Amino acid sequence: MDRIELIWMGVKIGAVVFTMLSSVPVMVWVERRGSALMQNRLGPNRVGPLGILQAPVDVVKLLFKEDFIPAHVEKVIFVLAPAVLLIPAFMTFAVVPFAGDIAIDGKALHAQIADLDVGILYVLAISSLGVYGIIMAGWASNNKYSMIGSLRSSAQMISYELSLGLSVLGMIMMAESIHLRDIVAAQSGHIFGFLPRWGVFTQPIGFIVFLTASFAETNRLPFDLPEGESEIVAGYHTEYGAMKFALFFMAEYMNMLVASALISTLFFGGFQLLPGMGRLIDPTGALIAKFFTAGNPADWGRLALEAVSFSIKVGFFMWFFVWVRWTLPRFRYDQLMNLGWKVLFPLSLANLVVTAALMYLRVI
Amino acid sequence: MSGQDIFFYVFSALAVAFSLLVVLGKNPIYSALSLVMVFFCVAANFVLLQAQFIATIQVLVYAGAIMVLFIFVIMLLNADAQSADLGKRRPFQAIAAVLCVALFALFAWSVKNGTTSPERAGFTPEKVASLGGNTQVLSELMFSDYILPFELTSLLLLVGIAGSVAIAKRKLEGARAESPKEGQA
Repeated sequence: MDRIELIWMGVKIGAVVFTMLSSVPVMVWVERRGSALMQNRLGPNRVGPLGILQAPVDVVKLLFKEDFIPAHVEKVIFVLAPAVLLIPAFMTFAVVPFAGDIAIDGKALHAQIADLDVGILYVLAISSLGVYGIIMAGWASNNKYSMIGSLRSSAQMISYELSLGLSVLGMIMMAESIHLRDIVAAQSGHIFGFLPRWGVFTQPIGFIVFLTASFAETNRLPFDLPEGESEIVAGYHTEYGAMKFALFFMAEYMNMLVASALISTLFFGGFQLLPGMGRLIDPTGALIAKFFTAGNPADWGRLALEAVSFSIKVGFFMWFFVWVRWTLPRFRYDQLMNLGWKVLFPLSLANLVVTAALMYLRVI
Repeated sequence: MSGQDIFFYVFSALAVAFSLLVVLGKNPIYSALSLVMVFFCVAANFVLLQAQFIATIQVLVYAGAIMVLFIFVIMLLNADAQSADLGKRRPFQAIAAVLCVALFALFAWSVKNGTTSPERAGFTPEKVASLGGNTQVLSELMFSDYILPFELTSLLLLVGIAGSVAIAKRKLEGARAESPKEGQA
């Protein structure tokens, strides 16, 4: 690994970690203001313009609050649980490509932290570990509400993981690769001459199943039974306070971010430019060339715009999560399980069979 | 010592340490969580051997699915420290120890004398990479040369699933048949 690659790796990791961390306070603000908008309230509007400084103020409060550990908990696991939930959420993003390649000194550099041989399987494997954080929190809290919350959550996550994995298979088959960059590349071009060849148009059922399952995986409304404040106080994080509680909150938003990034990558062309952005490449490249010169300015322009397109797509789905949360009521638990096992699971299997048949007949 | 060696020793030492915690831990939940860590360390060693696919499946299946169910059962049965009192079962421990030593000897012998090391079978890391990577090579082998064992394994799993559903369903029907009586009483 030479100097350029090393610098590029550092820049990538720094940019991704910084973006992920800083998206949390922004999302908290968006969620609070957005929910207020939908419910005809005001939301936080006093601290700073439009209340935007409310989030940093809350962070300071959480950091300086007493880090209290109740006497009846299993200490080691109680302290570990929030970290166990947060770390997989961070790790998953490592394989998500957020822009195209760039050539510097004849070397192709990928805008993806790790190009693993197993591609999307890594995402599924790591995201299946997050459930331990919830189980550990619920069990260590030694509290019936926490326990019920963590049992609900783990049952729900295991049930929906199947549909989640199966719904991705259709896209993998059509791209003939499990590498996320290849899946993005397979979504370039158009169908019928005008529609982008995005997964949402070629695999609509896979998209619906994946979207629903990712709501269940992130424990967000309408599937937020693990928290269900009207029934079990706050579920698995009832006994947590201060920064440890904030870590659970961060993990939820991280999972949302990763889910949005995966939805964009798998079904919305990933980092591919949004329609009409192509004509901006040259001006952007010229602008970038004023600040530093390495490689081709047009390439840098494309890279920057791809990163922007990806961010817009991810941002839309983050907003979609908020939108759904404040629009739909919570499911009942049996409805949730019925939906997972009796609707989504057969649907994703049927989608797989139909995709395979159509590919065999060379229709798609 | 290269970086790979350091990682190998770190993860191996962690795997051994967590395995000991699994066996010696008093609390079943701690044992189960330590077992998850063992799987994780073994997966890391698989990655060091350039077997990313096996490593991912190890995490996905063992750490992500099977152990979650184990922990579930332990939590629901509320098996606490007292119920795991194994002190009185000395003969079983002796048998287990003998079997473990025998198994370890077998592994050591087969590692030393085995003939199917990856290099000898022709799959060096470079060759695998040139053939399109781990997952591709493995899946092609599985669906061509080894299709029969693969399908037999899936049949075995299907039988297992059908069997467990049949057993659970019988109990469910038994409970249903009894429930009206409880209602009358």
